[in-house]
Amino acid sequence: MATIARSNPFKRRPGRIPGFGLTLGITLSYLSLIVLIPLLGLFIKTAELTWSEFWGTITDARVLASFKLSLGGSLIAALVNLVFGFIVAWVLVRYSFPGRKIVDALVDLPFAMPTAVSGIALTALYAQNGWLGGPLEGVGIKAAFSRMGVIIALIFIGLPFVVRTLQPALADLEAEIEEAAASLGANRIQTLRRVIIPAVLPAVLTGFALAFARAVGEYGSVVFISGNMPMRTEITPLLIITKLEQFDYAGATAIAVVLLVFSFIMLLSINILQLWSTARSR
Amino acid sequence: MAGTVSINLASGSRAQAPATRDAPIVRWTLIAIALGFLALFLVLPLVVIFAEAFREGIGAYFASFNDPDALAAIKLTLLTAAIAVPVNVVFGVCAAWAITKFKFPGRSLLVTLIDLPFAVSPVVAGLIFVLVFGLQGWLGPWLAEHDIKVIFAVPGIVLATLFITFPFVARELIPLMEEQGTEEEQAAMTLGARGWTIFRRVTLPNIRWALLYGVILCNARAMGEFGAVSVVSGHIRGETNTLPLHVEILYNEYSFVAAFATASLLAVLAIVTLVLKSLVEYRVRRQIARAAIGEESS
Amino acid sequence: MFLRRPSIILSILAFATVALAQSRTLLNVSYDPTRELYKDFNAAFVQHWYDTTGERVRIRMSHGGAGKQARSVIDGLEADVVTLALAYDIDAIGEKAGLLPEGWQSRLPNASAPYTSTIVFLVRKGNPKGIRDWDDLLKPGIGIITPNPKTSGGARWNYLAAWGYAMQKELGDLTKISDPSKADEVRAAEDKAREFVTALYRKVPVMDTGARGSTTTFVQRGIGDVFLSWENEAFLAVEELGPDKFEIIVPSVSILAQPPVTVVDKVVDKRGTRDLAEAYLEYLYSPIGQRLAAKHFYRPYQPEHADPADLKRFPEVSLFTIDQVFGGWQRAQAEHFNDGGVFDQIYRP
Repeated sequence: MATIARSNPFKRRPGRIPGFGLTLGITLSYLSLIVLIPLLGLFIKTAELTWSEFWGTITDARVLASFKLSLGGSLIAALVNLVFGFIVAWVLVRYSFPGRKIVDALVDLPFAMPTAVSGIALTALYAQNGWLGGPLEGVGIKAAFSRMGVIIALIFIGLPFVVRTLQPALADLEAEIEEAAASLGANRIQTLRRVIIPAVLPAVLTGFALAFARAVGEYGSVVFISGNMPMRTEITPLLIITKLEQFDYAGATAIAVVLLVFSFIMLLSINILQLWSTARSR
Repeated sequence: MAGTVSINLASGSRAQAPATRDAPIVRWTLIAIALGFLALFLVLPLVVIFAEAFREGIGAYFASFNDPDALAAIKLTLLTAAIAVPVNVVFGVCAAWAITKFKFPGRSLLVTLIDLPFAVSPVVAGLIFVLVFGLQGWLGPWLAEHDIKVIFAVPGIVLATLFITFPFVARELIPLMEEQGTEEEQAAMTLGARGWTIFRRVTLPNIRWALLYGVILCNARAMGEFGAVSVVSGHIRGETNTLPLHVEILYNEYSFVAAFATASLLAVLAIVTLVLKSLVEYRVRRQIARAAIGEESS
Repeated sequence: MFLRRPSIILSILAFATVALAQSRTLLNVSYDPTRELYKDFNAAFVQHWYDTTGERVRIRMSHGGAGKQARSVIDGLEADVVTLALAYDIDAIGEKAGLLPEGWQSRLPNASAPYTSTIVFLVRKGNPKGIRDWDDLLKPGIGIITPNPKTSGGARWNYLAAWGYAMQKELGDLTKISDPSKADEVRAAEDKAREFVTALYRKVPVMDTGARGSTTTFVQRGIGDVFLSWENEAFLAVEELGPDKFEIIVPSVSILAQPPVTVVDKVVDKRGTRDLAEAYLEYLYSPIGQRLAAKHFYRPYQPEHADPADLKRFPEVSLFTIDQVFGGWQRAQAEHFNDGGVFDQIYRP
């Protein structure tokens, strides 16, 4: 997921290599079967609502509060990951220290762990009688069962995306540019600001967008630690579940459609970003 | 630090070049921040799982796996992964082939659609299959008439897993195959090779490490998925509970040691996956580097 | 990976053959707190069925939040019997999916509830905050743990119990509710009840999605001073998690919680399991079923069959029914828990 695609259309001579029909056929049918048709079901169910019912559902105060939390929390989590993910990626690419390989492998842990397990572990850790929750409570910070708990869980699940997108970009930086900057009298901070960050900006933004998109829909790891208080710590996916428990399928799909459209826009902008970065790198 | 200009080709990092080297204080501060952050957010949760799992000693830990329901959950999880991974491998290879070896309109839309399951909330991922195959859904009444069970049975769990793990193989292959271009395949064609032979003898050796990497990611996700599977599983004990669902059940039965023990099994799976992955990743990087060099020299 | 596929096909086939070779089964879809009860009961029933008919059967269980379980049945989970937390969820199975007739609740004695329960308080050992009754919950500095009524059946009973207590306190006599001449008095009492419940929910720091999640929050995480709980769950928590750490406080008034059971007609007719499913539910009403219910901290419908030692654990408590105060589940749900209902209004800023 993390590597940025570089297309080179000039080298492609369409039609010469076999298997186009077969592979595209398989791809499209499988895509339709597993992804598109089921997703279409969502829209058809939502269409049972009139426009004003739909609008009423998604602008209900509780739903809006959850959007605010899910989007705001994901944004903060993605920003935190951006800063620390950059440092982690930098350290992993640039420095050698004992245990670097192990740390490098660990970065993917949140991706490979079942979300429910992550949720339970984080709650055990950050609750007021947990290893970290206790000391935090002592200084007046309520970590679990608050908005901060939501953000902690979202930081956890988003981290690999930022690091894994940044690593290849940082590794690809040409040493000569930095050396040139240094020989022109720039100090490290200036080099970082003027040379390195602009060069890896597309990767930074892609990683940010991926972490953000993943966090908005996250459910399993968040429900354990959030406390689920209406209007305060209730995330949007939980509201979908809540609607379903009341047998309100159309209401649930209406909120789901909003999330889906949002995800789609995020992904589309990631792909546009990648096009942009490909254009820049040429 | 001044004066030592030695180029370390083997590591590929440029830590030795003076202009790109940071002062030791900066270096160690950054390393400390990075490790501190990772310890806080990654290592501690992992330690908590094992600490809770071994709270009542090693005997209680292993006793947790002696339960027939736990074994059934392990079996179902392995079965699901054993179906989902190969299917997505076939799809991923096909998609990557079509997307990278040919140019056609709508290519980037197709890439975005392949990515879509990654950004869809797991809750929504489960819900869509209920809407299609549920008794109140499109196909539900027909399926019920013919006594075919999809959701609340193994096929539904497999479908939800397929959806969740859909992008991973394709997304690993596409950048690499882009980079490699089509020259080698075309050379093989001029030598008279047919499609399948070209794939097996030319393309597959070139992409095998990236493919394996995709398989590992896909497998990790397939075994660990919770949200989507939870919606379509029906939670029938010993039948439709996967390992992550079994963890939740144990947790809800106040069997905290068993819950964390099962969770630790999943964590061990995750760690094994990560070790395998970093081994594979090393080869992938070399392969990409080689592809890039080949392209430059051609 | 490609080479391994034949073995996968084989394993699927093996799976299928095993499924075919098995004898008749019964799927009981239930809610969270009944796990321990049905583990025992199923073993007893399988033996009983074998002794009377010579047929070996297998009982499959599915547990989860009541709303989620009902929805699964509506969406096609083939439950032969459902044993859920509240009648409303079973009504929904009839309404949305037409799987059972409207009058299902009158088919078995005691409104189809072979066992009942109520809502009690679980507090920390020694009752450090001195909580004796509902009013004490509003004392300053008390944290109350209860799950979210939108997603948990048990939480709805908690809410209704609190509301009913406030009504009883204002009116003195709950029969006034059904007396049209007392309408003004009842309306005033409803305002008071609403204030009471609002104040109560202000003191809830964490709302889990299910009853079991709340127990964990209270017991494992150490959050809150009092946990509103099913009586059977409270007993179980004390037994499993430490008699030295918690104690049960029974309030002066509480609600009679009737978790109903029923056969799912369409499913049993299709699967040919009606005889089995009906016998299963009837067995719940038998002396052995009643005894097991009491053993697992449910109040049996016919206490005379239960072990007197088990019965002694249940304290005397004045109970009102949902019909008395709320006019049944349908009305309670519509008024209080549906979107825009009283519970949502309490949370409006």
